[in-house]
Amino acid sequence: MTDHSQPAHHAPAAALPGVLKASALWLPLEHPWRRLPAIGLVVAAAGLGGGLAFGLASPASRPQLWHSWLVGALFVLSIALGGLFFVLVQHATQAGWSVVVRRIAENAMATLPFLALMFLPLVLWGMGDLFHWSHADTVAADPLLTHKQPYLNVPFFVIRTCLYFAIWSALALWFGRQSRLQDETGDHELTRRMRRASAPGLVLFALTVTFASFDWLMSLSPHWYSTIFGVYFFSGSMVAIFAFLALAALALRRAGLLVELISSEHMHDLGKLLFAFVAFWAYIGFSQFFLIWYSNLPEETIFFAMRLNGSWRAASILLALGHFIVPFFFLLPRTIKRNPTALALAAGWLLLMHLLDLHWLVMPNLHPDGLSPSLLDGTTLIGSVGVFLAAFGWSLQRQALVPLRDPRLPESLLFENP
Amino acid sequence: MAFLRPSLPPGERFGALAEFPTPAALYQACERVRDAGYTRWDAHAPFPVHGLDRAMGLRASRLPWISLVMALGGAATGMGLQGWVSTVAYPLVISGKPFFSWPAFVPVTFELAVLGGAAGAVFGMLALNQLPTLFHPLFGSARFERATDDGFFISVESWDPKFDADQTVELLRRLGATHVELVAS
Repeated sequence: MTDHSQPAHHAPAAALPGVLKASALWLPLEHPWRRLPAIGLVVAAAGLGGGLAFGLASPASRPQLWHSWLVGALFVLSIALGGLFFVLVQHATQAGWSVVVRRIAENAMATLPFLALMFLPLVLWGMGDLFHWSHADTVAADPLLTHKQPYLNVPFFVIRTCLYFAIWSALALWFGRQSRLQDETGDHELTRRMRRASAPGLVLFALTVTFASFDWLMSLSPHWYSTIFGVYFFSGSMVAIFAFLALAALALRRAGLLVELISSEHMHDLGKLLFAFVAFWAYIGFSQFFLIWYSNLPEETIFFAMRLNGSWRAASILLALGHFIVPFFFLLPRTIKRNPTALALAAGWLLLMHLLDLHWLVMPNLHPDGLSPSLLDGTTLIGSVGVFLAAFGWSLQRQALVPLRDPRLPESLLFENP
Repeated sequence: MAFLRPSLPPGERFGALAEFPTPAALYQACERVRDAGYTRWDAHAPFPVHGLDRAMGLRASRLPWISLVMALGGAATGMGLQGWVSTVAYPLVISGKPFFSWPAFVPVTFELAVLGGAAGAVFGMLALNQLPTLFHPLFGSARFERATDDGFFISVESWDPKFDADQTVELLRRLGATHVELVAS
């Protein structure tokens, strides 16, 4: 099949716009961002090491440690998964506009194999404190858990988690490799190969993310179930990745990199997608609430009963306002999305709200009576972000900052919003 | 009839029509016409030319505001109607929930907001463009038919305060127009 969508197909590399020759397309050797992996590792060691030291000091604080650890790990995992989804969708839709920012998402998804390490301690030591279905005596005394045991049992859970990370890492490594390979060879066949792989990749992504969110979040209260839960986790992840992409692109430009390449047109599009997924998150979140509220069945309402009582109620209202109403109207005008400061403000705020969303999903299982922030929340979050930034920074400097010879790069450079 | 003809000031002459060979020539000519201080003029191309609104010095469209007001109006109608029916006009106890059960009203509220926003965008666009208009004086020019094919045009209306038949035609010629003509009303 011939491909008519690539007018630049036969253009030699020399025909690329002059802006590419004049710009720094790699992280310069003396650039401060080169220290990101080292700084990230120090932060990770301090945060996670401190967390482990505090958390394991007494048996009473262990449940807090693993719940906090889970929130931190899921926070960075959701950004990385969002990056993987972004890359898959750009290939599946043959998007032209996004080529200049795609490498940022590729660097974000490159962290996935490293983030698997964050889940290792949870699997090895945290299962008993996180999941009460993992105790044989609890299951034996609980008909519902006995019924669910063929799915919810420790060996199968561990196998599934390994499978999720194997699939995510394989997708991230493969797509990252093809993109890097194209930097060297300029082979257009690689673009077609990635497009062909992206659709089955999206199916795998949807299935694994759905079941991973069932396993790692929904089974924290194993009596409760919601079939839309996977989409809810996905929608939050998409808010996280577009907030992260906007912040990273603005930070790169501030650091004097890709200034001529990433224009306010690209920032405008990232802002539009951030706005769209803020609305999508609210749509899915409300759909979940609405059906449970309407049918009013106790085994379903328990989820919201926990979160609408005590100080969790305030957190729920803050989520509705801060994760939807306020950013929705703030991001609505065109000028906001094209203004670096305003967009960075919205993106930073939404990352915070995404963190609150995950906290709100996990913590009521440990503190049913109300919000109870812990020092361990802070240390494990800082450690998780350190792991993510170390892996992201490592990926950032081992390859060019944009897909140098992607056939749609010229189209992306010239992109303008209608 | 307003439906058939655009509402334009009376006069013998509609204005000047200039044809340009390429989108780039059109773009540059637009910048110069804008800088010359003309206000009642337009550009015509078979496809959207990126950045032409800036080259023409057009202000931001009022359309987003129309759409926003219509969307908020639709939302207020949806929530208000259901709330009024459920609490005042015909209160019914449904599955033991309070009369004003706002979550139950959200789907209709949302749909009416979307309907209002979309209708505001479509009909607001038509109204701002004075569409539908079945006739326009520019249709008197045979060349102008190519505006939907391969022609790039600037039309300057005769009631523009700066319009002067000779000088305006001369300006358009200097800007690289391949053909300039005066169009009757």
